[in-house]
Amino acid sequence: MKIKLKKGLNLSIAGALADNAEIVGSQSSAFAVCPDDFPGLLAKTAVKEGDAVAAGSALLFDKQNPEVKVVSPVAGRVKAVVRGERRKVIRIEVEADNSAEVKGPELCKPSDEDSAKRFLAESGMLALMRQRPYDIVPNPDDSVRDIFITAFDSAPLAPSFAVFSCLFDKADYAAGIDVLRKISRGKVYLSHSPEYNPGDYSGAECVEVEGPHPSGNVGVQIANIAPVNKGEVVWTLDLPTLGRIGRLARKGDYEFGTVVGVTGPEVAAPTLVRTICGASVDSIAGKLIPTDGRHLRVISGNVFTGTVVDADGYLRYPYRQITVIPEGDDVDEFMGWASLSPSKMSQSRSFPGHFLGRLFRPDARINGGRRAMIMSGEYDKMIPMDILPEYLVKAILSKNIEDMEKLGIYEVAPEDFAAAEYADTSKLPLQQIVRNGLDYLRKELQ
Amino acid sequence: MSKLRKYLDKIKPNFEPGGKLSALHSVYDGMETFLYTPKTTSARSGAVHIHDSIDSKRTMIIVVCALLPCFLFGMYNTGYQHWLAQGATEFPFWELMFYGLVTILPRVVVAYVVGLGIEFAFAQLRGEEIQEGFLVTGILVPMICPAELPLWMLAVAVAFSVIFVKEVFGGTGYNVLNVALVTRAFLFFAYPAQMSGDDVYVARGSAFGFAEALPDGFSCATPLGQIATQAGHGVHFTGVDGSLISTWDAFVGLIPGSFGETSTLCILIGAVILLATGIASWRIIVSVIAGGLLTGWLANVCASPVYPGSYISPLDQLLFGGFAFAAVFMATDPVTAARTNTGKYIYGFLVGAMAIIIRTYNNAYPEGAMLAVLLMNCFAPLIDYCVVQANMRRRMKRLNTKSVQQ
Repeated sequence: MKIKLKKGLNLSIAGALADNAEIVGSQSSAFAVCPDDFPGLLAKTAVKEGDAVAAGSALLFDKQNPEVKVVSPVAGRVKAVVRGERRKVIRIEVEADNSAEVKGPELCKPSDEDSAKRFLAESGMLALMRQRPYDIVPNPDDSVRDIFITAFDSAPLAPSFAVFSCLFDKADYAAGIDVLRKISRGKVYLSHSPEYNPGDYSGAECVEVEGPHPSGNVGVQIANIAPVNKGEVVWTLDLPTLGRIGRLARKGDYEFGTVVGVTGPEVAAPTLVRTICGASVDSIAGKLIPTDGRHLRVISGNVFTGTVVDADGYLRYPYRQITVIPEGDDVDEFMGWASLSPSKMSQSRSFPGHFLGRLFRPDARINGGRRAMIMSGEYDKMIPMDILPEYLVKAILSKNIEDMEKLGIYEVAPEDFAAAEYADTSKLPLQQIVRNGLDYLRKELQ
Repeated sequence: MSKLRKYLDKIKPNFEPGGKLSALHSVYDGMETFLYTPKTTSARSGAVHIHDSIDSKRTMIIVVCALLPCFLFGMYNTGYQHWLAQGATEFPFWELMFYGLVTILPRVVVAYVVGLGIEFAFAQLRGEEIQEGFLVTGILVPMICPAELPLWMLAVAVAFSVIFVKEVFGGTGYNVLNVALVTRAFLFFAYPAQMSGDDVYVARGSAFGFAEALPDGFSCATPLGQIATQAGHGVHFTGVDGSLISTWDAFVGLIPGSFGETSTLCILIGAVILLATGIASWRIIVSVIAGGLLTGWLANVCASPVYPGSYISPLDQLLFGGFAFAAVFMATDPVTAARTNTGKYIYGFLVGAMAIIIRTYNNAYPEGAMLAVLLMNCFAPLIDYCVVQANMRRRMKRLNTKSVQQ
């Protein structure tokens, strides 16, 4: 199957990876897992400070579904359980230490639907997956209509998933698909871009998706392949997670290795770094981030959906990219709204830079003030799905559950609105609005 | 850091809560964000980290830029009509421009002072930022009125529409009706003598002694104003000096009319600016013109002496009066127009059709375009409602076919 999408945007931002970028190794002894990376999970800690853990030992579990675990990516000792306000767990830090003699948990063989779900939940793999509706960690009790795997990331500066071939081979992906086949009542879809195809597998339906961002978002792919209806549940995951599932099912190894693209206008030499999920940002990008006193924003993830990490922070889910951009709060720009400078990045044709095809160095400023929705059709141009984004956002803001359902809230995730949030003249926090809407709906309907 | 930035930073504490000028916080904030791009940066998580350079200030200023050709032409034409009415045979360019500027400037100033004053007050009252909507409204209003409209009337009309059409609904982005057009409609219905009739659309004053005032009793109706007095088959319009007005004259715009809306040529330049920058919706502009042409053609085919306006050719319908101006600058207001893509076609088509219907079949209201846009502003939410319902039904249908199959 082939799908061609037109809506969306491709930003030309400085600091992209070269096509033939080599993968550099890195060493880290500090790792961390952040409960905020796993929406929908009521996280309880499974360990105390000083406990010895193996790769695959549970660090967190879900209060409602105790078999759903978040596991340690490395063997070592729990260095700290960092808590914030009202004792909310911010992160669990693990110090890698190969001498600790602990065995990982025994996993069942994924032989039928139930055992496959238990296998994913207990091994922490389920926590790396997401479900629609609500864009949360899947609930293993649901019956799953289809499973969607995306084999590309279309977000700005994101590395190609071809880099994961240094960690996983086709047999891993095939084994992963075998596990998922047992769970899905319908099909397992594998969407890839024209540039990189991870291969054809007998258990999965391959879909080639072509188009600008957000074509790589699973939500957009689902909407164009088989949209989610009310009452249906589909699971989603990315290619490296599929590889991890396959490796675990095939050989019993936890492979938490990953390849991180260190990108962005402030990175002098964009590099691919091989590391382990949850490693410290310093170990991955320490040498690549300039320290000349200007305010920088180090983002774990891409410029659309990532999370700001401080220099002493850790790589966050989905463990694939670090982007460094200027913060911009130390810049005085005189009448920026009237500027004709070709260095202003915009989707609007009112900026000369729109036509010049050059690389931009955007900073983190909002570039305006928050307003009511004034311009119409802006969101629509950025979301290649059969929904009316403006009306869905209004239904969410007015907490009108009936309209939210009718306008397709079950089909969307915050990340699908990221491009629209970027382009919005009124600077509305669309991703936050959609996240709040999904959380509200889940709370009201349960 | 420049001196200006330092000065702004120095006086800032006065405007913060608790400062002695805290009642003017919105005004300070408006000035600061006007002069310097705000330094607010994106949230740390759950939001995009980069934002497009466009904001509503730029959007509004581009509309103002697109209006400038019409505005400059309006200055010239105001002078030109005055000179023509005096029987002049030479038309010195700069003197004409100066006369037009002196005539219109007080109206622009009054519109901005009254409108922005109310906006500032409401922004302060609500503790919000000042919103830019009135930047466009303030220049639009003088452009769609007679050049010599009494200032106090303008002030009353602007105050009425800013308060009762915009602010009571919540401010820019929440209004149902186009603010500039309601201002005009208010004037049209409250002070008909100054907004219609045979003697208001040519500037008569002396511009503070710069030119000679026209004698009392001088009169010249706008082309569409002449329709009601036409008899027999066919129409012809005459200008200030009694000569016939051709289609070309109407296109260039050297004819009596509201200050900024006579020149279809300048309106086209504005349309090019709005469409090239992507600020206005081409869907609306195209469908307004389609609606106008089709209805104008139908009216022309079924022309009858009872309705002299029906003898106007479809092309002339687009060129005379405020039709073109309404199509480009009024119907495209994104807040009051339909917001869905399908809705925009329907909305635009009906604006064009209604404008021609009103002006052709009701000779008392030559300005059909204004009423048509206001009428369709009221219907835009209904049009959108139907489009949204269609989307909802598509989703429901998908769900139902699914459950039947299982």
